[in-house]
Order: sequence, then C-alpha cells, then structure tokens
Amino acid sequence: MEDLKIDQYGDELYSALRERRMVEPLTEREPKITIADAYEVSLRLLARRQADGEVVIGKKIGVTSKAVQNMLGVHRPDFGYLTDRMVYSNGDDVAVSEEMIQPRAEGEIAFILKQDLAGPGVTNAEVMAATAGVMACFEIVDSRIRNWEIKIQDTIADNASCGVFVLGDALVDPDDVDLTTCGMVLEKNGEIVATGAGAAALGSPVNAVAWLANTLGEYGIGLRAGEVILSGSLAPLIPVVAGDSMHMRIGGIGSAAVRFV
Amino acid sequence: MNLDQETIAKLAEHVENAELNRQEIVKITDDYPDMDYEDAYAIQYAIRARKEARGTRIAGLKMGLTSRAKMKQMGVEQPVFGFITDYGAYAEGAEIETSRFIHPRIEAEVAVVTKATLRGPGCHIGSALAAIDFVIPAVEIIDSRYKDFRFDLRSVIADNTSAAGYVTGGRMARPESLDLPVLGVVLEKNGEIVELGAGAAVLGHPAASVAMLANMLAERGEEIPAGTFIMTGGITAAVAVEAGDNICVRYQDLGTLGFRFV
Repeated sequence: MEDLKIDQYGDELYSALRERRMVEPLTEREPKITIADAYEVSLRLLARRQADGEVVIGKKIGVTSKAVQNMLGVHRPDFGYLTDRMVYSNGDDVAVSEEMIQPRAEGEIAFILKQDLAGPGVTNAEVMAATAGVMACFEIVDSRIRNWEIKIQDTIADNASCGVFVLGDALVDPDDVDLTTCGMVLEKNGEIVATGAGAAALGSPVNAVAWLANTLGEYGIGLRAGEVILSGSLAPLIPVVAGDSMHMRIGGIGSAAVRFV
Repeated sequence: MNLDQETIAKLAEHVENAELNRQEIVKITDDYPDMDYEDAYAIQYAIRARKEARGTRIAGLKMGLTSRAKMKQMGVEQPVFGFITDYGAYAEGAEIETSRFIHPRIEAEVAVVTKATLRGPGCHIGSALAAIDFVIPAVEIIDSRYKDFRFDLRSVIADNTSAAGYVTGGRMARPESLDLPVLGVVLEKNGEIVELGAGAAVLGHPAASVAMLANMLAERGEEIPAGTFIMTGGITAAVAVEAGDNICVRYQDLGTLGFRFV
C-alpha cells in the first residue's frame, strides 16, 4: 500500500481513538491490505500519539489463543504498543464512557523486564532470565473498528485493539510460579464469568514473549529493560460497561481489580 | 414420588443394562414424563443396589453439573451427584479400552479423600476443607447411556450422572497447601491443548462442591463417612475421546496425569 494511504488510515484511526468513534473496517475498503501494511498503519497511529506526548512503556501480544486465532483465521499472534497514557493501577476507576468505545476485559500475565531482549534467536530461557517479575493484569481491549468486525489486518492497524491496562497487586519472581499451569479466575460484579490457565497464551506466556522478541528482532526492534509486556488473554473476552467492576486472581501470582465508570 | 417401586426397579434394570451392554437408549422421561427428581435418585440408588448385590464395591461419590454455566443451561439451581465403582478405576498411565464405553468423554477435575465425617445440613467450605485429608488430580470418564448425550436432568440423575470411569494419579497435596480456586488445569489431547481452566469453575471452589454434596445427602438422611473419595466436578468442558487418543493433564502444584485410550 502506498505511503499516502498508510498515513491516511493511521490518521483516521488516531482521530477515531481520540473522538471515540468507530470506523469502517480497513479490510472492506482495502481488500489487498497486507499484514505488513497494517503494521505500518499502526506505526503512524503510534507516531500521532507520541506527537501528543505519549511515551512507549511496553508492548502487548494479541491473538494468542486458539479460539481467537481460529476466529480470525490466522495462526500467529500480533502485537501493539503500550504507552504511559494507557496504564492504570490496581483498583483504579477506568472512565469507559469517556475513554473507550466498545471495551472488553481480558485477564492476563504481565512481564516486567529487567534486561533487553533482542531477537532473533531468543529462547524461553532467555525470556525467564530477562524477567524481573510477573504480575496479574487486566487488559481492557477496545476496537476503533465498527462493532469489532475485525480481520487480522484491521486489529493490527488499530494497535492490536489495545485500550488500557491495569497492573495487579504483586510482582512475583517467575522462578516461583509455573506459568503454564497457573490458574486464573475472572469475576464480573462478583460473579465468576471465566476461568483459565497460563497455557491459554500460546501454550505458555513465556512462548508469547519469546515470539514477540523474535518477531520484532526481524525489524531490528528490541524489548527493553523496564518495559511491560502483556502476554495474551487467558480466558474469553468479557464485554464491560460503566458500572461494572471486575476482579481477577492468578494462582501463585496475585490479583487485579478495576471498576468501570 | 410419582413412580411405583415396580417401575423404578424396571427402569433401573433398563438403564443399567444400557451401561453393561454398551447399548445407547433414549432418555427415560420420554416414556415417563411424570418422573420427578426423587424418582430419578431412586432409580440411581436401585442401580447402585443391583451392582452391590453383584459384588461391586462403591469406590466413592461424584458431583456433576457443578459449573454455573451448565446449571444455567439446564435451568437448575443445584448440582447433581452420583457414585463411582471399583471397576471404573484407572491409574495414571493406564491403557483404557475404549470399547468398554458407548461414546466416552473426559473432564479434568480435582478429587479429594476425606478424613472425618461430613454431615449436613449446614456444611460449608470451612467444614469441607477441615474434613479433607488430601487432594489428588483426577479425570472423569463420562459416558451417557442416552443417545447422543441427549437428556434432561431427571434422566441423567437416573443414569448415575453419566459416570463411567475415572483416572487418578499425579501427586497428592494437603488442602491447606493449595489455592484451590486458582489451581490451574491444562488438558492436552494428542499433544494439543484442548481445554483449560481453574478450580473456581467448580461452584467457585472445589470444597464448596464437597459441602454441597454433604448437604444434598443430608436431605436423604445420609452422611459422607471419613475416607470417602469424592470427584468434585469438571473444571474443564467435556472432551470426546476415541481409541488412539493420548491424554495428558497438567495441574498446578499437583503434577501431571497421563493415560491413553486403546
């Protein structure tokens, strides 16, 4: 896709984000859009946010579960960028009615890095060695694309449908927990709505981080010490509206809570 | 109760024969629409008595319909219970003859063994946890005797809640050393992850399932004796299996349970 269109769609998604409105799927308007094009659009969107003063503090991995991969007809994950404007603390209120369009909550494991990770060739062992700790985390995804009618290119262009994220109550040494079998319970308004386990993210959340390091490595981009990496949802996405409150807990890691107002 | 003793005995024989002959049947409420829950449990207990008269040992109890989603789907407020038999037992690493079943499915669970009597009403998570000696990983093999797993709640209770077999193993742990609601389970079939979940999928806490079993039995004037083996209910959805399938279930803090169907 030519640069002009890349910029045009990036700008459109940026406006949609800021004005809280939905746009038509890019894949309907540009049937030939490639995954590489979509990442270019996402970089334009990111550049616009950075121009507003937002600072990149990490990355997120999406499309990590079999269910979502099958839904989108792809068999690899995708990624987006996390900025300082997206992060919330445990127990915070998130003003969905002012900040978001069609939010859905995901429970996942966040990695906080203490060393840079530069692919290709990054192994699971290196990811573990580079991890300062893991945390329970809510990612509140949101789509600027009409009614979540996304194909893989749409979500990639839209920063992997990232919205905001809420980090939990504890940072745990990754050596102290089995990241594959750790169980997760997700509650909405006091009712258990889903359970899951670490293996839901590409067989192990560690695999997801290694995938990201190796994928970005192909473009000469590294993961940096201090960055937060969201490793992918461990249970189905839960739609939320103002008035909902959610709580989640992961075995051996900790819990996170968020209220939507 | 709406059915007479003779009908109960006849239906018990009919449903049990379906199990023994591996012959699927249509759900019994089709012919006996007036059958109520009491009748359904009476049929289940009659099947149990038939087995015991033949020398079968009752190896423990099981809970079914313990997921809120399943209860909502069936329109009920309470789970159901059944019994498990000595001949349904398989150990870790077992080769399980698929031809012993009609259309088997498996569910990953945690099982407990009690060390004190649990008597309802009024049992709660605390009393259940205090009465649990240890927790072990378990997989239940369910095999409805009804065609295509098509049944209603009364029919499935009469059919001993589809109980057909169970595999235990891995490693045991004291309940106080486990965080049961967030204990994760990953079920793999032939090397592929097919289902996963955490303990809270069972009524919020597997010990709540044990407490509820005690309270349901109390309505019948029964209790759970010390030393009882109890399957607390499926953490994962049921997965269909066939000959040739290799199953591996990984549990947080409880090791791995592997077996295969031949």
